[in-house]
Amino acid sequence: MKFDDEPVVPGYPLPILPGHTSPGRFERVLRAGSFAVTTELAPPDSADPEDVYKRARVFDGYVDAINATDGSGANCHMSSLAVCALLTRIGYAPIMQISCRDKNRIAIQGDILGGAAMGVCNMLCLTGDGVQAGDHPQAKPVFDLDCVSLLEIARNLRDEHRFQSGRKITYAPRVFFGAAENPSGLPHVWRAQRLAKKIAAGAQFIQTQYCYDLPLLRAFMRHVEELGLMGKVFILAGVGPLRSAKTAEWMRKHVPGMHVPDSVVARIQGAADQAREGRNICIELIQQIREIPGVSGVHVMAYRQEESVAEIVDRSGVLQGRAPWYPGRDTPPASQRTA
Amino acid sequence: MYGVRLWSVRRARGMNAFYRGFETVLVRLHPLFKALGYERIERPVAAVEHAVKGFLFDCRMCGQCILSSTGMSCPMNCPKSLRNGPCGGVRADGNCEVKEDMRCVWVEAYQGSARIPGGVEAMTQVQVAVDQRQQGRSSWLRVAREKGGAP
Repeated sequence: MKFDDEPVVPGYPLPILPGHTSPGRFERVLRAGSFAVTTELAPPDSADPEDVYKRARVFDGYVDAINATDGSGANCHMSSLAVCALLTRIGYAPIMQISCRDKNRIAIQGDILGGAAMGVCNMLCLTGDGVQAGDHPQAKPVFDLDCVSLLEIARNLRDEHRFQSGRKITYAPRVFFGAAENPSGLPHVWRAQRLAKKIAAGAQFIQTQYCYDLPLLRAFMRHVEELGLMGKVFILAGVGPLRSAKTAEWMRKHVPGMHVPDSVVARIQGAADQAREGRNICIELIQQIREIPGVSGVHVMAYRQEESVAEIVDRSGVLQGRAPWYPGRDTPPASQRTA
Repeated sequence: MYGVRLWSVRRARGMNAFYRGFETVLVRLHPLFKALGYERIERPVAAVEHAVKGFLFDCRMCGQCILSSTGMSCPMNCPKSLRNGPCGGVRADGNCEVKEDMRCVWVEAYQGSARIPGGVEAMTQVQVAVDQRQQGRSSWLRVAREKGGAP
């Protein structure tokens, strides 16, 4: 969608509309009631900015915002803040992931201010995976905060203009804050309660862990409704293509909180082209998720298959002809108009 | 001790009732603590508290005890120090993502809170960030000072 008040320079902020907290495109899309699509960029093991831009470009025209993971799986990569700062330079709408694993409250609050100063409008507050899961199990886990206390601190920075210490800041970060949730996580009955806590602490949008089990997601959403949380938060359901039955088995075993029903694994197992079947399942999930009341979008996570995101989103039809912003969208030479 | 910790959560109702009674006693003792000097008795009381709560709950002496809001399952035993509920990585058998031989302290907390009157409600309260300066200090004395000293 094209807004009437698009900035002349792509990296510049949009005006903040009444009732909005950020000058970003992502909040605009959600509040306008469009079904939003986000994805995840795996920060490179490199100091070359071009590696970041290359990874972002594959999503052009198909996503409303790009998450930059923060040491995902407790593995070391380029920092989330730096990836986001690079992306905002040319106008992308990044979602800066903040994990409590590696930084204490002094560093995190500094990053929130710094990120906002660099034009980052969306931040996702996470607890983070334990260090044992990653490539540096010998590191010290910090966990000075947890995701809920982080949200509370972040919201106070923005709304009360204060650090956690109480000290005033002079210009507040205009940020749309989010959190994660795992509808298939245990204990199931408490997942929506935990969501309520995150909303109470300041979460405005939620991106969930992979949802391969739609009955579980539907039950979660019913619970969300029973708790009176509908309309208080934008929920984006996590989806992603499984490359093969072997990958599915591996993820089930090794990704914390990941739940893939046997029927999904069996279907991929039985297909001639397993990767294609994985994409087909992802597309069907997106189409079914779109019909679930209260779900505002999907978060497509395609680790090491990022180039498949465009095809998946395109074939699912959830954008309904809408072209999310990308560099050059509004001024492409006629010869390059392909989609 | 891990076994005793689980035992304590199974008896969350009784433990909580006892704790409430004990808290009333502590608050009443405020004038005595004040006369003795809170700072002077801090170390011996903290040592006793550590021994008792360490045995019963595997207490980590965070100094800001919230056991009655967490079904008598100490959240500081969570490897991620989560004080607001479980992370997304709880294993299918209810064990911890990080320490696979340990029950998730939050799965335990939910079971414990169901046994305490008002326990489920207490679990929905947002717990703000811990004050790391309180680490190793006595929660008992803090409660006595704050509640006993309050007008």
